[in-house]
Amino acid sequence: MTDLTQAQVRERIAKRLASRHRKEKLFRGLGIASIAFGVLAVVILFSDIISKGSGAFMQTAIQLQVHYDAQVLGIDTVDDESLAWANFSGVIRQALRERFPSATGRSAKRELYSLVSSGAPFTLRDRLADNPKLLGGSETVWLAADDDVDTFVKSLKGSEAGFRGRTSDQKAGWIEQLLGSGELKKRFNTTFFTNGDSREPEQAGIRAALMGSLFTLLVTLTLSFPIGVAAAIYLEEYAPKNRWTDLIEVNINNLAAVPSIVFGLLGLAIFINFFELPRSAPLVGGLVLTLMTLPTIIISSRAALKAVPPSIREAAMGMGASRMQVVFHHVLPLAMPGMLTGAIIGMAQALGETAPLLMIGMVAFIVDVPGGITDPATVLPVQIFLWADSPERAFVERTSAAIMVLLSVLIVMNTCAVLLRKKLERRW
Amino acid sequence: MSTMTLDASARTEAAQAELLGVESVAHSAEVRKTVGRPFIEIAKLRMRDVNVCYGEIQAIHSVSLDIGCNEVVAMIGPSGCGKSTFLRCLNRMNDTIEGCRVEGELSLDGEPIYGPKVDVVPLRARVGMVFQKPNPFPKSIYENVAYGPKIHGIASRRAELDEIVENSLHRAGLWNEVKDRLNKPGTGLSGGQQQRLCIARAIAVSPEVILMDEPCSALDPIATARIEELIDELRANYTIAIVTHSMQQAARVSQRTAYFHLGHLVEVNDTETVFTNPEHELTEAYITGRFG
Repeated sequence: MTDLTQAQVRERIAKRLASRHRKEKLFRGLGIASIAFGVLAVVILFSDIISKGSGAFMQTAIQLQVHYDAQVLGIDTVDDESLAWANFSGVIRQALRERFPSATGRSAKRELYSLVSSGAPFTLRDRLADNPKLLGGSETVWLAADDDVDTFVKSLKGSEAGFRGRTSDQKAGWIEQLLGSGELKKRFNTTFFTNGDSREPEQAGIRAALMGSLFTLLVTLTLSFPIGVAAAIYLEEYAPKNRWTDLIEVNINNLAAVPSIVFGLLGLAIFINFFELPRSAPLVGGLVLTLMTLPTIIISSRAALKAVPPSIREAAMGMGASRMQVVFHHVLPLAMPGMLTGAIIGMAQALGETAPLLMIGMVAFIVDVPGGITDPATVLPVQIFLWADSPERAFVERTSAAIMVLLSVLIVMNTCAVLLRKKLERRW
Repeated sequence: MSTMTLDASARTEAAQAELLGVESVAHSAEVRKTVGRPFIEIAKLRMRDVNVCYGEIQAIHSVSLDIGCNEVVAMIGPSGCGKSTFLRCLNRMNDTIEGCRVEGELSLDGEPIYGPKVDVVPLRARVGMVFQKPNPFPKSIYENVAYGPKIHGIASRRAELDEIVENSLHRAGLWNEVKDRLNKPGTGLSGGQQQRLCIARAIAVSPEVILMDEPCSALDPIATARIEELIDELRANYTIAIVTHSMQQAARVSQRTAYFHLGHLVEVNDTETVFTNPEHELTEAYITGRFG
């Protein structure tokens, strides 16, 4: 080995210096590039969804002068029974004929009647039920337009022809006439937030799916968090390290990687076929999602427990604290923020899960808003899946709007997690 | 994690044995019997033929020692010689380490420390411990000191608890520094204050014995001097066993000093004797700085 002088050593270092700096720069550049890529993807995703879905929060409505004519309705008094079979469609048809007297002949009339949503009679029924004095009188009401009208109006930008679809020239003419006189307007779509699913896009809402998701997550959280944390505490603090606990650990890690549809099949076989729990219910959905999120929660809770410094355990043990006191007084409070983060990640995962719920019947067409964990229900991602599958063009924007609702629920959940964690951490 | 540390300590021992060469050969025969004065008439803690194994590795070889009332016994020796392991046997902190076996006869006031019927909770209330790194709970100063009395149900009223906390902090010499901020987190104190807080926490349950595992190794000289003073004051009420790497510290605070070497107890004598006129050649080699 040759001896190097200090000058030689310095020279060799200097020679490599340029390439070292270059590599440094390259690495930093790569990092920035990957972050930029990620941000770009998110921006594209969000702008696409928002541009497609924001339209769904507005709904075209038509203003009509309706007469609650007792003869047309075929009722004398207003009570539950008479309202059930009163002919509100007739009232609307009459109002439309009065507005456009030029429409004659069967096909023209059918065109005319299809301006208004098939759900409009129910709006009138509710109004009359609320105010029985209206019978025999008349009023001006805004009625939801049919989805074809809605789509056509929304596609009208400037003087372009717009998306016609099934809309005939005659119908387009009426629409433009109504638009010109201000009798046709886009109004805030409350239906979207108050209704359940429907075959008619203008009557379809997210409420049922939102409530279904809420009930399902409630079941999942109340089951998976305590079970997951208890399992993690036992494995981390109590269990001896032997072949059995190793086996359990491997199995938990494996379960975290099992495709979610397998959990759906398991749920179908066990909860529905064996225990005969109701189909399509948030209870079963929650149970299945509990099985699915448990490994995530156990793994993250164990990591949170491992991160608690052993000196704290020793200190408490040295004071004569029993094992349970060590865990509950010292370890758990310190591990809680980490555990909560894991639980929220698990919940977010559960909120977005579709496949296992298809297996247990939560994909059924359910119109009613569920009132409890045993009522038939669907959940947000399944609702998105169902709407994305529907042929009506108006469902395109509703699909995107549902995605926006799902994403906002996720953002709210994550914000809660961050706030909760900060609050718990500040206690020390 | 525990297995890693003991592998490491085993390696240290082996390496040391190699390094010492001649000396280790010399001691292997002679160390069998502890020289000096390991036994006293009235013992608070009585240990006879204590063996400790971590799995296959024997960390402590047949150690016998008595620790008397109101006495400070210092344990010195090179790294990995088993003095901390031995100390942790006295309140069964070794129980938490996987694969650790303790054999031999250990008793506190004639009552066995190990045994199927012994409950570690009251034992650890009687034998308190202060660790190498100050480890206050991430709670307020008050909560730190009140924790022991609370879990053992010592104080029946709030006022009583307040009194215990104040007394303990007084005895640990920390009261004047923290009396205005008892509700501030204990982790916000300086290292020396934290260690005194840990001592206050240990004496709050009125233990009979306090074990100290290198209590000053993470502290600066001023904080160290403060703790040493404190140890001397505490001797009036407690029996203290202290492990230390600083021979000056051992000389300053203890009445008797035990020298451990590779898991054997080589010599126990009055501190003065150990540092001025050691009986065993290994002790002499260590205190004169030939190794360790």
